[in-house]
Amino acid sequence: MRNMDFDVAVIGGGPAGMAAALAARKQGATVVILERDSRLGGILNQCIHQGFGLHYFGEEMTGPEYADRFRKMVEKEDIAVMLESMALALGEDKTVTALSPSLGLCKIKARSVVLAMGCRERTAGAIALAGSRPAGIYTAGMAQKICNIDGYLVGKDVVILGSGDIGLIMARRMTTEGANVKLVLELAPYSSGLKRNIVQCLDDYGIPLKYSHTVTRVEGYPRLTGLYYAPVGEDKKPILSEERFISCDTLLLSVGLIPENDLLNGLGVNISPVTQGAVVDENRMTSMEGVFSCGNVLHVHDLVDNVSQEAEIAGAAAARYALDGGVCKGDFVNVVARDGVRYALPQRISRGEGKLRLFFRVGDVYKNCRLIVQSGENTLVSKKFMVLAPGEMGSADIDISLVDGDVVVRLEK
Amino acid sequence: MNTICIMCPMGCPLTIEESDGNIVVTGNTCKRGEAYGKDEYSHPKRAVTSLVKMKDGGVASVKTSQSVPKERIFDVVRFIGSVTADSGVRIGDVIARDVLGLGVDIIVTGRK
Repeated sequence: MRNMDFDVAVIGGGPAGMAAALAARKQGATVVILERDSRLGGILNQCIHQGFGLHYFGEEMTGPEYADRFRKMVEKEDIAVMLESMALALGEDKTVTALSPSLGLCKIKARSVVLAMGCRERTAGAIALAGSRPAGIYTAGMAQKICNIDGYLVGKDVVILGSGDIGLIMARRMTTEGANVKLVLELAPYSSGLKRNIVQCLDDYGIPLKYSHTVTRVEGYPRLTGLYYAPVGEDKKPILSEERFISCDTLLLSVGLIPENDLLNGLGVNISPVTQGAVVDENRMTSMEGVFSCGNVLHVHDLVDNVSQEAEIAGAAAARYALDGGVCKGDFVNVVARDGVRYALPQRISRGEGKLRLFFRVGDVYKNCRLIVQSGENTLVSKKFMVLAPGEMGSADIDISLVDGDVVVRLEK
Repeated sequence: MNTICIMCPMGCPLTIEESDGNIVVTGNTCKRGEAYGKDEYSHPKRAVTSLVKMKDGGVASVKTSQSVPKERIFDVVRFIGSVTADSGVRIGDVIARDVLGLGVDIIVTGRK
């Protein structure tokens, strides 16, 4: 077994891990990135479409270009990068056990750890899809990888369940490469993806999108030959009397993403039942001292630009923790989501001075509403929104000196 | 006409009208949105991304240097499909210039 020692160990080399590592290095910490793939970049490498970097770099680029920009910055710095290295376990003493084909089993002693493992897709099993298990059923991200990295189109006649961004992007991608995308079905009465993706991925190509519809069962073996779908009632249960058949050889699932927090099992770290990521403070530190979390392993983002910014907060704080032994000011108050707000993050903040940006997501589509952030008698934010939708993360800046007890984030009609 | 701006993730709702020969865009919150609205009314354009084959059998991802007329998207994708790039291409390399006379180049954005 090989033993190593770093101030900061970053687990995951996607956009979150790279930005966190750079920020930690900037504070003077020694840093290692553990990445299970054979190169840095994570899921960005397979997102060959445009739409990245407008906020962070001030220019629009594709996913691989955004990843490449960060990869080059990492290479310029004195940051250790372990590729094809799988983090197997995180110990209570913040020792990371990792496996690499070139180095074998490694024990990495770290003074702080940044979790940047991203998320994974919900599968056919996760949504209890009825019917047999023929070939031709893929999660949208898996189809994207097979298409954009390996160069194979996974099918010719396609139905997509779920209107998450990856599903919408794949509808366009498969259409332009010659497949016939027949239909997109969405269980909710609204899309969980960005509005612009409905326009440029579906409307541009005349692909129909049916809200409040779901797949009731799939047919065919060994390859999918078709599926049944039906509208759903308010209880989200399919109305089987209105079930219809559509032939297809491929079903893509874009039905949600789950932070990949398996490494935290058994450590007693507080996990939010809403985000399924860790509960964090303003430094993105979890309930385990010296363990930080950022990017899609913390909560699922719509924009990589936000991931990079969040990871810089976590990386810089992880370095300060490793070098000075503490970043938390203590005297915490909770941030509570209420009245239409599904969650707000960070979930706890310490009293003090300065500004802080809160991120939030709503649970339904709300029109002409007002976001209120309140603490004790003080109203910290009262901001009008024309539309708030579950698919689009919102933010609001608060003045920390006005915090007087728990911070409540809520919507008002 | 009414549409949603696709220039950034905000997705502003645009209303585009013609009055006295001028195209007037409302609902946008930035200049990029105004330019998009005008294009969308007179001649919609889209950036195209796809893959090229490489001589070693792998693929590299590519983009058009600028947006192309919407009705030419499939022509551009077909053209990109007919190109075989050198196995040594790198991100940023131009592998075809002035494609189909549209005045746009094909640029490598990523590879394994």
